[in-house]
Amino acid sequence: MATTYRTCPRTGLQFDLAAEKLIRWNAVAGVLWLLVGGCTALLVILTRWPAIKLLPADQFYLILTAHGIDMLILWIIFFEIAVLYFASSTLLRCRIATPKVAWAGFWLMVVGGIMTNVAIFQGGSSVMFTSYVPMQAAPHFYLGIILFAVGALIGTGVFFGTLVVAKREKTYTGSLPLVTFGAMTAAIIAVFTILSGAAILIPTFLWSVGLIKEIDPQLYRMVWWALGHSSQQINVAAHVSIWYLVAAVAFGAKPLSEKVSRFAFLLYILFLQLASAHHLLSDPGMSAEWKVLNTSYFMYFAVLASMIHGFTVPGAIEAAQRKKGFNNGLFEWLRKAPWGNPMFSGMFISLVGFGFIGGISGVVLGTEQINMLMHNTFYVPGHFHATVVVGTTLAFMSITYLLVPTVFKREMIFPKLCQIQPYLYGLSMIVLSLVMMGAGTLGVSRRHWDMAFSGAPFQYEWPGAAYLMMGLTGIFGVIAVIGGGLWILLVVGSLLFGKKLDGGATHDKPVPIPDQTVAASASATGSQEHTNVAGTVVLAMTLLVCFVLYYFVNWKYLSEVWGLS
Amino acid sequence: MSAILPPSERLWWKQPISGQEWAWIGIAFVWAMIMFVMMVYWHINGKQNLSNEVYRTTTEMFQAKTDAFVKENTIRTETDLNIPVVKPNAKNEAYLLAHLWAWYPILELEAGKTYKIHLSSVDYNHGFSLQPVNINIQVIPGYEHVVKMTPTKAGTYAIVCNEYCGIGHHTMLGRIYVK
Repeated sequence: MATTYRTCPRTGLQFDLAAEKLIRWNAVAGVLWLLVGGCTALLVILTRWPAIKLLPADQFYLILTAHGIDMLILWIIFFEIAVLYFASSTLLRCRIATPKVAWAGFWLMVVGGIMTNVAIFQGGSSVMFTSYVPMQAAPHFYLGIILFAVGALIGTGVFFGTLVVAKREKTYTGSLPLVTFGAMTAAIIAVFTILSGAAILIPTFLWSVGLIKEIDPQLYRMVWWALGHSSQQINVAAHVSIWYLVAAVAFGAKPLSEKVSRFAFLLYILFLQLASAHHLLSDPGMSAEWKVLNTSYFMYFAVLASMIHGFTVPGAIEAAQRKKGFNNGLFEWLRKAPWGNPMFSGMFISLVGFGFIGGISGVVLGTEQINMLMHNTFYVPGHFHATVVVGTTLAFMSITYLLVPTVFKREMIFPKLCQIQPYLYGLSMIVLSLVMMGAGTLGVSRRHWDMAFSGAPFQYEWPGAAYLMMGLTGIFGVIAVIGGGLWILLVVGSLLFGKKLDGGATHDKPVPIPDQTVAASASATGSQEHTNVAGTVVLAMTLLVCFVLYYFVNWKYLSEVWGLS
Repeated sequence: MSAILPPSERLWWKQPISGQEWAWIGIAFVWAMIMFVMMVYWHINGKQNLSNEVYRTTTEMFQAKTDAFVKENTIRTETDLNIPVVKPNAKNEAYLLAHLWAWYPILELEAGKTYKIHLSSVDYNHGFSLQPVNINIQVIPGYEHVVKMTPTKAGTYAIVCNEYCGIGHHTMLGRIYVK
C-alpha cells in the first residue's frame, strides 16, 4: 500500500496521512466522550451541592457511574491512543505500522465504549467505575470494557510496531526522542494494565452470566486496582511526555540531561504497577508488612520519579529561556514566558497543579496509617481530580492547541477565549480539588447521595464547615464544567468553522530526521546550555517544604484519633 | 537536542548530570526514605495502626456470631426499629455487622478501655466511617477483621457507610455510644 506523507509548513512536523487520520479520529472520539463525561460531571456536582441536590438517588448513582467510566477510561484512553500515534509515527517521521489493524482497534474501542454506556443508562449497572463484587452489573457492562481494552491493546501494539518500522526504515538515528521514550513507557504500563484488567474483568463477566459461581471480593479489589490505578499511571507517563513536548515546541527546550529524565521514566515502569496497593491500605485482607512495602509503589521510588520530572521539566524551560537572555533574577525566565499561549499556560498549570496538589495529597493519602483518615472520603476524588484532571486532562487540552492547527489544519477560533480557557478550567479545578479534600478531611463520604442521611434511623450532623466545603465544591465544580465546556466548544468550533490552513506539500517518501551531532547543535542538553537553574531550585524547594509540612500535619491529626491496634 | 528529537549523543546514558539535578535527586531520595521509615516507626511507636488480625468467614457464620453476641449482651433497645444497644462482654469483645443498609447493633463502649471489634459484612462491600473522629476502614464480606479500638472521649458517634452499596447507601447510619 502506498504511503503518502505531508510536511506541515508551520511546524515542520511530518505526517503519514494514514496515521494523521487515525490521530484525528481517536482525538475526536475522546473529545466526544469528554462531552458526555462533562454533562455527567455537571449533574453529579449539582446533586452533591447540598443547596441544590438535583437528582434522585438512583439517577445520581447511575450518572456517577457513567461519569467515572466516560472520563477515566473513554476520554483519556482515546486521546492517549492519538498521543501514541503522534509520538511514534509523527515524531519519528515514519509510516504507521498496520493502519488497518489500528482501525480495527479503534472500532472495537468505539463499540465497547457504547456498549458499556448502554448498560449504564439502561439502569441495571449503577455499580460505579470500580464495580466491586459481589455487586453485579449487566453482562454487557463488563463486556463493553473488555472490548474497549482489547481495542486499546491493539492500539499499543500498533505503537510498538511503528517504533520497529522507524528503526528498520532508518527514519531516525540513535536513540528515541525523549517524548517518544516517555510515550513508550506509557504504552508498556498500558499493556500491564490491560492484562490485569483482563485477569479480573473476564472472570467477572463470566460470573455475571452465571458461568462462575463466586469471585472473592478482596481478591477482586486487589486485581481490579492493578487495572484501576495502573491506568492512571499510563496517564502520568503520557502527560509528563506532553509536558516535555510542550517545553520543546514552545521554547525549544532540551532536557537538562537525557539520562535523568529517561531514568525517571524507567522508574515508572518498575514501580508504578504496585500502585494498586495503596487502594487497599484500609482493607482487611493484606498484612501491614505488605502494605508498608508496597505503599506508594515500593518505597516511594515512583514518587521519586515524579519529583524528578517536576524538577527537570521547569528546569529545561528555565535553561532554554536563560539561554535566550531572560537571565535577570530568579524568575525573569518564568515571568517572560508566553502566558498568553494556551498551550504553554495549560501545560504549566497542569505541572504545578499536579505537583503541588495532586502529588502531595496522593502521597499523604497513600501512607499506610494516614490512609485511615481519608479512605473513601471525599478527599479521594479531591486528590484524583488534581492528578487526572488538572494533570492529565489539562495537559491533553493544552496540546490540542498545537494539534488543531497542525493535525486538523484549522486555525483556532476566538483566540482571546482560547487564552482564557486554561486559566478558567485549570484554576477552578485546582480550587475544586482543594475544597473536595477539605470536605474529605472533615469526614464527608465520596459516592454518597445525601449528607443529611434522610431516611436513616438516626441523625448525624456534619460540621458546618463540611457544608461550606460542599457548597464551594458546587460553585467551583460548575465553573470548571464551564471551562471544560468552553474547551469543547472552541475545539469543535475550530474543527468545523476555523480558517482552513495550508497542509503543505505531500510526498511519497518520508524525509528522515537529519542526523544529530553535537557539532550540528550548539549544545546537547539543557544543562550544557545553561548550568544554573536557580529559579527551578527555588520552586522545587517550595514544593518540598509544603510537602513536608502537610505530611507531618497529617501524622499529628492521626495521633489524635481513637487508639487503634 | 530538544525533547522531540533524538538525543545528539547516541550514548545518552554517558552524559554528565549537573550538580543541581544531583542535589535535587538526592533530596527527593532522602525524603522518600524518610516517608518510608515513618510508616515503620509508627508501627513501633504510634498508637494508630490498623489491625492485622483477620479471619476468613462466611455470611452465615458471621451472622450467627453477631446474633449470639447481641442475645447475650443487649442492655436496651432504641428507636421504633428496636435496634439493640449492646455492651461488650467481660472480654471486651464486640461484633459489628454491616448489611444492606444498616450497622448492627448499636455498641456502648467506655472511654479509655480497649475493645476488640469484629467487623464484617454479610452482603456487599461497606465502609466503616466513624464520625466525627474520622476513622475509615473497608469492610469486606467473607473477611472478619478484628480491630482493637480505644475510644478517647465520651459522646455519641455515628458510623457512616462510605463504600457505595446501592440505593439505600445514604440511610446506612450506625451508632456507637462512649460513656
